[in-house]
Amino acid sequence: MKMQLKGVSGSLRELGLLAFIILLGITVQIRNPVFLSLMNINAILTNTAILSILAVGMMLVLVTRGIDLSVGAIIAFTGMVTALTVAKYPGINPVAALLLGAGVGFVIGSLTGLLVAVFDILPIIATLGMMNVVRGFTYVVSGGKWVSSYQMSTSFKALATGKILGINNLIVIAIVVYIIAAYFINQTRMGRRIFAVGSNPEAAEISGLPRKRLVFTAYAIMGALAGLAGVLWVAKFASAQGNTAIGYELQVIAACILGGVSISGGIGKLSGLLLGTLLLGILNNALPLINISPFWQQGIQGITILAAVLTNVVVKRNNERAALRRRAI
Amino acid sequence: MKKTILILVSIFLILSSFSIFAAAEAEGGVEKHAFIFKNTGNPYGDKQMQGFEDGIKEQGFEAITRAPDQPTAEAQIQIIEQLINQRVASISITGNDYDALEPALKKAMGEGIAILSADSAVNPASRITHINQADSEMIGRTLIQAAYDMAGGSGDIAILSATSQASNQNLWIEWMKKELAENASKYANLKLVRIAYGDDLRDKSVSETEALLQSFPNLKVIIAPTTVGIAAAGRVVTDRNLIGKLKVTGLGLPSEMAEYIENGACPYMFLWNPIDVGYLTAYAAVAASEGKLKGTAGEKFSASRLGEFTVVKASDGGTEVLLGAPFKFDKANIAEWKTVY
Repeated sequence: MKMQLKGVSGSLRELGLLAFIILLGITVQIRNPVFLSLMNINAILTNTAILSILAVGMMLVLVTRGIDLSVGAIIAFTGMVTALTVAKYPGINPVAALLLGAGVGFVIGSLTGLLVAVFDILPIIATLGMMNVVRGFTYVVSGGKWVSSYQMSTSFKALATGKILGINNLIVIAIVVYIIAAYFINQTRMGRRIFAVGSNPEAAEISGLPRKRLVFTAYAIMGALAGLAGVLWVAKFASAQGNTAIGYELQVIAACILGGVSISGGIGKLSGLLLGTLLLGILNNALPLINISPFWQQGIQGITILAAVLTNVVVKRNNERAALRRRAI
Repeated sequence: MKKTILILVSIFLILSSFSIFAAAEAEGGVEKHAFIFKNTGNPYGDKQMQGFEDGIKEQGFEAITRAPDQPTAEAQIQIIEQLINQRVASISITGNDYDALEPALKKAMGEGIAILSADSAVNPASRITHINQADSEMIGRTLIQAAYDMAGGSGDIAILSATSQASNQNLWIEWMKKELAENASKYANLKLVRIAYGDDLRDKSVSETEALLQSFPNLKVIIAPTTVGIAAAGRVVTDRNLIGKLKVTGLGLPSEMAEYIENGACPYMFLWNPIDVGYLTAYAAVAASEGKLKGTAGEKFSASRLGEFTVVKASDGGTEVLLGAPFKFDKANIAEWKTVY
C-alpha cells in the first residue's frame, strides 16, 4: 500500500516537472522561434549530456545520504591528465583516453569512498577536502599551464564532435550510461541494496547488508563517471586548464534535486533525473536566447531550483498526511 | 590545518629572506632590480618576468623576479619587505590590489627604492609611474576596425565578454561603442546587435555563442576581448562548419587560438606582448632608480630595442607609459607564438 502511494506521488511530481518544462518551452518559443529548431534542440542535448552523466553518479551518492563536492575538481584533474597524455602521445586511441580518464576518476572516487565509508568522515567534509586536494594536484601536474586545442589530436577532439547514426557522440555516451544505470539500479542486487542502505541505514545493516561496501561503491562510481565527464569536457571545449569546471558540482547537485532526488537519502529515479538535467540545460540555453539581462540569469536559475524543491516538499508532506489519515482508519 | 600551513609558510619565508639577505650582503657590487608578479604558475606572468630579466641584464644589472603562491596583496607585501631588506635599487610590481600595497610600497620608497607598477596598476601615491600594456582606447578602436574589415563593411556584429562586472572588459567595450558612434558614417552598415557575457566559463561562453548565432542569422563577426570567450567562439564556429561565414576576433592567448587562426575561424586577433611589457619595465625601472625618470607627464626615455617612450597622464590621476598598439597575431606568425604563451 505504502509503496503504491510513493509511486503515485513520485510520478505526480515528475508530471509537474514535465508540465513546468513544457510551459517554459512555450514561453521561450514565443519569445524566440529558434528555440525549438532541430539545431537548437541538438545544441541543448549536446550541452546537457555531460551534466546528465554526472547526475547519475551524484544520485547514487545522494541516495546513500552522502554528497560529493569534489566532482568539479575530478573533472579538471582527469581532463588535465588526459589532455597532457594526448598532447604527449597524439597517436593514442580516443577510447583509451576515455578509459584512462574514467580509471583515474575511479581511483580518486575510491579514495573518497574509503574516507566516507571506512573512516566514517562526514561526506561533506571528506569531499570538501578531496576537492581541494584534487584541484591542487591539477595545478601540480600541469605546472599551472593550459593544454590548448592545437596540442590535441583531431581524433581526440572528435570524441565530442563526432556522430554515430547522426547523433552527437556525447548524447550517445549519455544514453549508454543511462541504460547501464537503469539496469544497475533496477536489476542488480547491489543497485537495490544501495537504495535500501540510503532509505534506512540501521535496518539495512541489521538485515545484514554490507553498508560500508555499498557506500564505498557509490563514491567509486561517482568518481569514474566524473573522470569520464572530464575527458568529454576537455574534448568538447578543446582546452584543459587548472580552473576547469570550478563549482560545477553545484550544478550537478541542483540537477539531482530538481529531478526529485532526496538529499536525505533513499529516493531517486532516473526518469526524474533526466527531466531535472533537461530543465537546467533548457535554462542555460534559453536565457541567453531570450536576451535576459546577465544580472538576472543566475537569479532566475536559483528561483527555478527553489520552486522545484518547494513543490517537492509540498507533495511529500501531502503524501505523508494522506498516508497517516489512512492509517487512522 | 590552515593555521599550521600558514605558520610553516611564514617560517619558511622568514628563513628564506634571511638567506637571501645574507647572500646579497656577501655579493655586494652589482645593483639589483626586482619584479613582483601576481602569482606563480601563470604562463603570461612568466613571460613578463623573462622580459624584465632580459632588459635588466642588457643594462648590466642583476634581476630578481618573484611571485607569491596566491594572488593576494598580503603575499606581495611579504615579498616587498624582503626586497627592502635586500636593498634593491627598484621594485616593479604587478599589483594584486590597487590600494592595499600602499603602506609597504611607501616604506620602500622611504628607503630610496624606486617603485613602478606594470600591467596591473597600484595607486598613484605608491608609484613613480605605471607601465601599461596597451592603451584601452587603442584596444577598443582596433577591435571595431578589425570587425569592420572582417565583415566587409556591413552586417551584424556582437561582443562576447567575460563577466558584466570586469572593469577592463567594460572599458574596452566603452571604447568600442565610442569608435562606432564617432565614425557613424563609416560604420553605417555595421550593427552591434548584442553584448553577451560568457563569465570566462567554457560552457557558458559556448551557450552564449550558440545563442548569438541562432538569434542573429546575419551575424558576421564576434568580438571577444577575453581568452576563454574567443577560444569558445572559435570552437563553436569550427564545430558548426561556419568558417568563413562567421568570423571571430578579439584578445586571446596565441596558444589557445592557434588552431582557430590556422583553420581560418579567426582571421587575426590581438594581444600585447608580455615579454615587451617586462622589457619596457626594466628600462623604466633603471631610469627611475638613477633619478632620470621622475614620473611627470612629458618625460622621455629610451628602451633600447623598443625605442623612445613618453610618460603620459593616466586616467587615475597618476602617470603611465603605454607599450603601444596591441600586437597582431595571424596565420603568418601564430606558429612561432603558440608555443611561447
